[in-house]
Amino acid sequence: MSLNTSSLVNNALFCAMLLATSVVYADDGIVVYNAQHESLTQAWVNGFTQETGIKVTLRNGDDSEMANQIVQEGSASPADVFLTENSPSMILVDKAGLFAPVAPSTLSQVESPYRPAHGTWVGIAARSTVFVYNKDKLSEADLPKSLLDLAQPDWKGRWAASPAGADFQAIVGGLLALKGEAATLEWLKGMKANATPYRGNSTVLKAVNAGQIDSGLIFHYYSFVDQAKTGENSKNTSLFYFKHKDPGAFVSVSGGGVLASSKHQEQAQALLKWITGKQGQAILKDGNSFEYAVGQGAQSNSKLVPLEALDAPSLDTSRLDSKKVVELMTKAGLL
Amino acid sequence: MTAEPAQTLLQTATGDALYAPPVVLRVRHHGKRPPLWISATSIGLSLLALLPLGFIGVIAFETGWATVSELVFRPRVGELLLNTLALVLLTIPLCIVLGVAMAWLTERTQLPGRRTWSLLATAPLAVPAFVHSYAWVSLAPSLHGLPAAVLVSVLAYFPFLYLPIAASLRRLDPAIEDVGESLGLKPWAVFRRVVLPQLRLPICGGALLVGLHLLAEYGLYAMIRFDTFTTAIFDQFQSSFNGPAANMLAGVLALCCLGLLTLESSLRGNARYARVGAGSSRQPRMQRLSVRGKSLALVLPICLSVLALGVPLITLGNWLIAGGADAWNGAKILDALQQTLLLAGVGALLTTCAAIPVAWLSVRAPGPLQRLLESCNYIASSLPGIVVALALVTVTIEFARPIYQTVVTVLLAYLLMFLPRALVSLRAGIAQAPVELENIARSLGRSPAQALWRVTLKLAAPSAAAGAAMVFLGITNELTATLLLAPSGTRTLATGFWAMTSEIDYAAAAPYALLMVLLSLPLTALLYYQSKRTAGR
Repeated sequence: MSLNTSSLVNNALFCAMLLATSVVYADDGIVVYNAQHESLTQAWVNGFTQETGIKVTLRNGDDSEMANQIVQEGSASPADVFLTENSPSMILVDKAGLFAPVAPSTLSQVESPYRPAHGTWVGIAARSTVFVYNKDKLSEADLPKSLLDLAQPDWKGRWAASPAGADFQAIVGGLLALKGEAATLEWLKGMKANATPYRGNSTVLKAVNAGQIDSGLIFHYYSFVDQAKTGENSKNTSLFYFKHKDPGAFVSVSGGGVLASSKHQEQAQALLKWITGKQGQAILKDGNSFEYAVGQGAQSNSKLVPLEALDAPSLDTSRLDSKKVVELMTKAGLL
Repeated sequence: MTAEPAQTLLQTATGDALYAPPVVLRVRHHGKRPPLWISATSIGLSLLALLPLGFIGVIAFETGWATVSELVFRPRVGELLLNTLALVLLTIPLCIVLGVAMAWLTERTQLPGRRTWSLLATAPLAVPAFVHSYAWVSLAPSLHGLPAAVLVSVLAYFPFLYLPIAASLRRLDPAIEDVGESLGLKPWAVFRRVVLPQLRLPICGGALLVGLHLLAEYGLYAMIRFDTFTTAIFDQFQSSFNGPAANMLAGVLALCCLGLLTLESSLRGNARYARVGAGSSRQPRMQRLSVRGKSLALVLPICLSVLALGVPLITLGNWLIAGGADAWNGAKILDALQQTLLLAGVGALLTTCAAIPVAWLSVRAPGPLQRLLESCNYIASSLPGIVVALALVTVTIEFARPIYQTVVTVLLAYLLMFLPRALVSLRAGIAQAPVELENIARSLGRSPAQALWRVTLKLAAPSAAAGAAMVFLGITNELTATLLLAPSGTRTLATGFWAMTSEIDYAAAAPYALLMVLLSLPLTALLYYQSKRTAGR
């Protein structure tokens, strides 16, 4: 027997790799870079696949991480569809010219405030900024009038946020668009002094509920999601909406877009159409995500404060600048 | 027995490879030069190993000094540096004290049930660090910051010091201590002046191992809300993918790791620890303990076992009960288990095979080149997974698109991170296979490769298997590199666990944690028995 060891080993390795590749990476269908909550997208995808038979593979991550990733991957990105929690990341990819136009029939399914006029991406859901507080620690009289108050010295050590998350960075993006760079940096420096950083909005909610900290700045649905389960992380908390077009009343649009480089345009457009269509939006109303529906005539969950009642500041979504936000937050020492 | 091969075995016992290459018996190989494919593979591997460091250098150069200094010399980096420094300076001494105390109690005293305590002191290794953290956070949600980070780190990592110290303590020749006593030293002085200096190698080696884990760990500190360089790099990554800020933080972190390596090699010293003289040493004398002494001595192992094993297992049990059958969402968890087994299995096989040429060179044809190649591999393995992953993400996007987001890249990361684990083990095995047998095979007409395959590797197979098991364990609990590099749709036990805990769904995370512990258990047992065998018992 004259076996060459090196080639034997090489062959064995090659086979092993092939096996691994084929098992882990076997499917065709479309790839979705998903920065939305995994459970929500999974519900959408399950419904979509059941109806159309098109297979969908999710790559889960964070808004800005994946947007930057897509930009860097450029025209050879493995992604077919990009779904986010917030719009700044859609804008980042859009600015790089990487989105294909969304099919008109999909665009017309979505209420006009929740999609950019040029139609390269579309809103798929919405969420509102909310001030969550522990009922034993704060009374209604103690609440801030504006988001800007939270940078004042009297709020030192009394509120929490998740600065590394895209949700919070979207809120800062809104502030930046409304008040400008200097004021935003000033506010972020105040935040660095005042706020306790946590990882993730659910963690903030949990800490506020446990009384580890008085209050937190998060999105509205975390508390509703918890209430729908056991309520163990939210039962001692209340929600306060800033309203009055305050930067703190910012409503963030979750976006979806099809990559121009996708080799599965038809299937990718079909997914977007399904999500913004009746069935996709109904999952927002009936499911346990508690995000707002944005489709024409679509209802949101009845437990939520209606979107129209939130009195959000009117903002041109295309002005949210995630790069600048990260730069300012790095400058303020929050990242 | 010379000290060095024994030391190599000890390194195997600690499950990691971060000691400098030991000197081995220098019996020259039959051939004049190592076969080309062996040298070529070794050089190729070492160049690959330098890739992450080289990448950071290139990025720093491209970014330009002005931006680099703006990103590196800012208060936030100072904060992180202080945090990391405090963590290392508090955790390592505590681990050393605990390791020495537990090793002395289980090896040198008549502590009741000392075998069991010894096993229990090794067992926390079967619980991944982020599962320790998960247990403590769900037990006491307000735990956070430096004290909590030190507590959990000590509990998760002290076995890395306990194992090698206990193994060394078992091997010490009591005659040297007798000499000390006969010269009038009190027992405490004997311990301080005779025993402790002889434990210098395992203490330095174990401390280095713990230190590198402290710098590299993400999940543990993210969950307990303590910011280190690794968590900050991950935050930057989430906010900007692989922007310059993330890469520069990675550069500072890499410097910290290199600093630890240098510090350890200068503290290790060159003293000789081998016993010379005829015959074998007698069994060490066991310290008698009075009844009161026994109950006092039992306090430490009991407390330690409750904190390092009881807390994780009880919390895990509680969450499993709370989640009930619903949490075992069959297909999903089974799929994660299957993917983990596959990645870890293939990764372990690949890494062990890749270690063969390097290990063979270091035993059969040691020289300056070989030493250089080996140190490259050690440096790479000291870098945290997040640093290796950041480099590989960018390099594959820019220059190796066909393997971007494929299994090949994630396996490559595992190879770089875990190669030394396979290497130390395999090197010990090859060193014990007599070169004469290989030479005879050659003289009977076998090619070098055949001789290596049919003679040496057969003899070294058990060590190769031990090394592969160590790599397997590393991959099973790996989080950051897998998150960044794996193909879309990949879900391992570690990433599944992480996804669930990020949503505070602790009950749904429990099955993943349980499976990771179960997978790690046999390997931890293997480590334990191997360290016993090292001592010849």
